[in-house]
Amino acid sequence: MSKPGDQRTLRGRVAVVGIGETDYYRHGASPDPEFKLALKAILAACKDAGLDPRDIDGFSSYSDDRNDASRLAAALGTHRLRTATMQWGGGGGGCCAAVANAAASIVAGLADCVVVFRALAQGQYGRFGQVSGVETISGEKAYLMPYGVLAPPQRFAMKVQRYMYEHGVSQDAQRAIALASYHHAQANPRAVMHGKPLDREKYDASRWIVEPFHLYDCCMENDGAAALVLVAEERAREFRQKPVFLLGAAIGSGHRSGAIPHNAPHYASAGFDTVAPDLYRMAGLGPCDVGTVQAYENFTGGVVMALAEHGFFEPEQANDFLTLENLIAPSGRLPLNTSGGNLAECYMHGFELVIEAVRQVRGTSTSQGRRNDVAMVIGGPMVTPASNLLLGSEAAL
Amino acid sequence: MSGREMPNHLPEGLPIPVPELDGLSAPYWNGLRENRLLVQRCSHCDAWQFGPEWICNACHAFDPAWTEIEPCGRIFSWERVWHSSHATLRQHLPYVAVLVEIPHAGSVRMVGNLLGDPLQAVTIGTAVEGCFEHHPGSSPPYSLLQWRVSSPRE
Ligand SMILES: [Zn+2]
Repeated sequence: MSKPGDQRTLRGRVAVVGIGETDYYRHGASPDPEFKLALKAILAACKDAGLDPRDIDGFSSYSDDRNDASRLAAALGTHRLRTATMQWGGGGGGCCAAVANAAASIVAGLADCVVVFRALAQGQYGRFGQVSGVETISGEKAYLMPYGVLAPPQRFAMKVQRYMYEHGVSQDAQRAIALASYHHAQANPRAVMHGKPLDREKYDASRWIVEPFHLYDCCMENDGAAALVLVAEERAREFRQKPVFLLGAAIGSGHRSGAIPHNAPHYASAGFDTVAPDLYRMAGLGPCDVGTVQAYENFTGGVVMALAEHGFFEPEQANDFLTLENLIAPSGRLPLNTSGGNLAECYMHGFELVIEAVRQVRGTSTSQGRRNDVAMVIGGPMVTPASNLLLGSEAAL
Repeated sequence: MSGREMPNHLPEGLPIPVPELDGLSAPYWNGLRENRLLVQRCSHCDAWQFGPEWICNACHAFDPAWTEIEPCGRIFSWERVWHSSHATLRQHLPYVAVLVEIPHAGSVRMVGNLLGDPLQAVTIGTAVEGCFEHHPGSSPPYSLLQWRVSSPRE
């Protein structure tokens, strides 16, 4: 059965043994500086695992996280540092890649116990949705910013508009995604939007941010941190929690996806046309095996595209598939963003989605899907590089 | 929206485009100041390229040549912005940004504003023509390329 090529996989080789996060705050509301948030999330993940934080020997993050691996290692007094990995570019598109990079370090024998994390206090370092203090600009943004295409809502709306045009996707499909996130957030006491339900009428009455995005199609801006602990499969059962195994991971984008400004040949795309097949190939699974999906919502339109590119439906079927009923736990066909995600739990730059997928496999989500053997995470639609993960229980190996 | 001479020109105060320190896009920005639209076209393989790069992505010849093209095309996608992401735009909402495809230049695309009524219906595929918008009093001075719907003709 075993061929040399089979060795080049992450499938079943590493497990998540601890997860942790800080309280989640509206931007500007964190009482703690960002570095302290990072430390709190990491310590919470170690505590969850029953691990001495001094035994961490690597850190992995993405999107130029400011909380440097060496500073963390010094602050925590780790015995040694053996890997420090930063995923290039892609904003939230790195949330799964950071896990994959940590896993690769462990499988390759560079490190044994790697923390993957994201800490982000937009209230302290600037909101993603606002631009100020920029006098001159070069490169990609020079072709956009002088025309008022400044922040992510304006940068992504034209891509979604084109996709809706090419495939006949309606506003209702986007609305269903927003409603599902808010529905799940009502069961999740960690969620910033807990206690603030959203219904169809409220969505329809909400203002446009940029057509085709209503207010509720757009992610929040928050302060917080989230972390997980990854170890080799051989050690996975030594810890306090039920281990959650990595079944597959993939990173990247298709041909010239990074051609600026807005010149990618396959423009109306979330960027998973090459990445999704890689993920399924590594895991040896297909869309019908997936119990729940956490799909990064910078904007709901990106989720429509990402789910289609992962084979859950054809783009032309999006309007039929994407209904609230189909997207909610436990009974929906494909429970989506079961913690509330970037729209309604916390914009932890997608790392809250990774943590939620671990909870689904453990069976401890506040909106548990019917099937918890295989959970998917999709990171960062419409950016490059994007990334994704499949996590699963021991039974799924 | 009457009374303003060119209602969709955005106010001064937005980030000013300047070439990179290595000068990669300088021919493009300098061209706009002279009412000329320049994009790259490789002299080895004839591939069009925009935004600019130091190499032709098709054949790997360095320093693709700059070629002047007619500033006209069709709307490939669009958006109408209702929420400002910059203080200078708060009193200038909504405005429309378009992504224009230029079929006679390898279908390269560029972003600009659609001039005219900001509430106008916008249709993908509509023919548009470019208008050079100069900001000579700015420091440093710069020019943009804006778009308006072409006069109807068969
Ligand atoms: Zn060439």
